[in-house]
Amino acid sequence: MAKSNPNAPKRLALIASKGTLDWAYPPFILATAAASMGWETGIFFTFYGLTLLKPDLTASVSPLGNPAMPMKMPFGPESFQNISWSIPNLLTSNVPGFESMATSLMKQTFKNKGVASLEELRDLALELDVRLIGCQMTMDVFGFKKEEFIPQAEIGGAATFLEYAADADVQLFV
Amino acid sequence: MTDIILKEDALLDCTGLLCPLPIAKTTKAIKELESGQVLKVIATDAGSPPDIAAWSRQTGNTLLSSAEEGGKFVFFLRKA
Repeated sequence: MAKSNPNAPKRLALIASKGTLDWAYPPFILATAAASMGWETGIFFTFYGLTLLKPDLTASVSPLGNPAMPMKMPFGPESFQNISWSIPNLLTSNVPGFESMATSLMKQTFKNKGVASLEELRDLALELDVRLIGCQMTMDVFGFKKEEFIPQAEIGGAATFLEYAADADVQLFV
Repeated sequence: MTDIILKEDALLDCTGLLCPLPIAKTTKAIKELESGQVLKVIATDAGSPPDIAAWSRQTGNTLLSSAEEGGKFVFFLRKA
């Protein structure tokens, strides 16, 4: 599709549809990278992605549905840290507290490796003028109000996203 | 061949930071400079050589040199 203004800067249009810690990272990483390169960038938050617009980010890891997810330990000697622990789904989905343990392990590993936290990436995105758009329909379905989100969040529907995406050079659904 | 010694106007140390922080911080640092000034960036992220090159192509700021020195990556960028 031809861009309506051929002289406009490049544009990235992202959909963030998932709210778990691991799935929350890709849209924020891509958005901040694109905005750093001078691209216009917008993220449309829909379904479980909507929770990423809340002031406090409580995203956690869900081992359920991630059957190939290896676990890495953020402590001990490097050879120990490099082991990929394959945890059977029987354990990950049934042992109480496993999810919070997996979440804190992933957060610690990310921190040790020099990966920004989700909060840092979202602040960076806002600083770089990334547009954060919440999906009105999902808000109605799940009972979210605009006041529950960070003040920079905009609200829109499918047509809002599509119009923005039609003029984008890259569109991704995460 | 004569070696050109590059002299930076500002230095950015991204040691220990992973994607996308090196390019995000480079963006911030280059904003502080005047056109034609040179920013030296040091990074340890193994993805930074291709990423800084892509960032330079996308933003129009010139990548004067990209090298590895003592396990670190060193870039010189001239602001457009």
